Amino acid sequence: MDEEYDVIVLGTGLKECILSGLLSVDGLKVLHMDRNDYYGGESSSLSLVQLWKRFRANDKPSEQLGSSKEYNVDMIPKFMMANGALVRVLIHTDVTKYLNFKAVDGSFVYNKGKIHKVPATDVEALKSPLMGLFEKRRARKFFIYVQDYEDNDPKSHEGLDLTKVTARDIISKYGLDDNTVDFIGHALALHIDDNYLDEPALDFVKRMKLYAESLARFQGGSPYIYPLYGLGELPQAFARLSAVYGGTYMLNKPECKVEFDGNGKAYGVTSEGETAKCKKVVCDPSYLPDKVKKVGKVARAICIMSHPIPETSDSHSVQVILPQKQLGRKSDMYLFCCSYTHNVAPNGKYIAFVSTEAETDQPEVELKPGIELLGPVDEIFFDIYDRYQPVNKHDEDHCFISQSYDATTHFESTVHDVLAMYTKITGKELDLSVDLSAASAAAE
Amino acid sequence: MATIGNNNLNAKLVLLGDMGAGKSSLVLRFVKGQFLEFQESTIGAAFFSQTLAVNDATVKFEIWDTAGQERYHSLAPMYYRGAAAAIIVYDITSTESFTRAKKWVQELQKQGNPNMVMAFAGNKADLEEKRKVTAEEARLYAEENGLFFMETSAKTASNVNDIFYEIARRLPRAQPQNPAGMVLVDRPADRSQSAACCS
Repeated sequence: MDEEYDVIVLGTGLKECILSGLLSVDGLKVLHMDRNDYYGGESSSLSLVQLWKRFRANDKPSEQLGSSKEYNVDMIPKFMMANGALVRVLIHTDVTKYLNFKAVDGSFVYNKGKIHKVPATDVEALKSPLMGLFEKRRARKFFIYVQDYEDNDPKSHEGLDLTKVTARDIISKYGLDDNTVDFIGHALALHIDDNYLDEPALDFVKRMKLYAESLARFQGGSPYIYPLYGLGELPQAFARLSAVYGGTYMLNKPECKVEFDGNGKAYGVTSEGETAKCKKVVCDPSYLPDKVKKVGKVARAICIMSHPIPETSDSHSVQVILPQKQLGRKSDMYLFCCSYTHNVAPNGKYIAFVSTEAETDQPEVELKPGIELLGPVDEIFFDIYDRYQPVNKHDEDHCFISQSYDATTHFESTVHDVLAMYTKITGKELDLSVDLSAASAAAE
Repeated sequence: MATIGNNNLNAKLVLLGDMGAGKSSLVLRFVKGQFLEFQESTIGAAFFSQTLAVNDATVKFEIWDTAGQERYHSLAPMYYRGAAAAIIVYDITSTESFTRAKKWVQELQKQGNPNMVMAFAGNKADLEEKRKVTAEEARLYAEENGLFFMETSAKTASNVNDIFYEIARRLPRAQPQNPAGMVLVDRPADRSQSAACCS
């Protein structure tokens, strides 16, 4: 350990592992440590025994649930948009070769007490029971506009400068009603609140395009993919990338205390009496609690079930978005379900999550509308955790701290944070303009 | 994971053993026919594939090297996941590496795949004058633990191809199919197939 590193990374969560991989590939000398004896930090996937230790304070899960080892229960459940930023990072780094994916069966939205398939194209809009006859036609026209929109083709813009007009303007141009806007904004464009309505429409349109293009990619029932054996595979795969490019890995390192010089600049990390020197420190909020502030909290229910979520066409893997307005809340609620078909549970078992940005201290009460949609559950665990954001000045202290994971069930915000950190650490932009139209999936 | 199609077997093979036992050298000799006297610690490439023809079938090995993550015992569970075969490597001139190799065998047995083919390789067999571990001792250990044993030399190529062929021969031909996922690749798919069906 008595060496000097360019960067010491603390915590093996997904964000830290992606950064460790990218920095090692850049030729930087990286030391990566974790206080736990397993990979993944907050974004690990737990076996049944680990789950029981964490939430039930014993290691004796009920035997009816099957083998503990066959469970990989995500602590931060999320799906990957097939054409999204995380897939771009995976392809850019060639980490894909360590992972096996499967498409997610369904993408649904909650509307007026019922679960509906999310219509993503003009054809689906016409079939969707979410809208009345005339609204369907209006929505269809809007979907066609979005599908045809190309940045570099002014003809497709229909005279609108999307960097100037707001999302609200474009919606009223097509005459869409509030109900349609609700599911388009939250279940397709994946906005977490309604602030986007008063921002330039370009982001909104691009998010809709991303959804439709991701959906078309694998001819599955949703735009999402998910790795076999759970998300805990992702940090491990990026850690391997880092190691392949010379990164040094140490797990089970207690303390991991960041050392600062007289000017408040980080110069190393101490664990077990040894100090490794470095130029920069990258970590999750738990390693530098004095340099972060609480910005919210996430409430989550983790359920083990023996059936799929009702009304989702027997989907073995599914996302259901419950837009804020439908529940009279300030933030959306998300259902996420995965099963033995993604190797996260033994045969016949399903893992479902209900998540939201917490507005109270009673997750049991707050998550009830989502939990009620699940039907009977074999086991249920409640979790509530604080979300942190860094408040330090990285040019002064040379510390680069990630934000806590949010309640969303997709990775777009996660990768955004990683890319911004990468730019701060290296002064470079990561070029992710891989040609995704050329990228594809090969069955193994 | 070993998967079958038309007598073609895909098998993930992992290497285990102490730093400096010669894991990467064995792979480089097998895959590229090369040997470097002062092989650097593994950097930049830790994933190889090589296809062998055995009897009536071909076996495509996907070989995973440790990428140095064995050094501080930080190999991820992903490394072992789905492995159909493993080579545990020690250096015949080092009793310590032999002792550690036995620990790796225990670690593998904990993963609980009864079908895994395990090979025990006493490497650096060309350094006879410096030998510290007898072949007899290693063979006995291997037999007791259900491994097959060979002494190899990445330097002279002795037994290197043989150990991989022997693994290929021993791979169970009728393994339960693993649920097939997809691997994302950075090249155009053969779209003609899917396009043709709907026209």
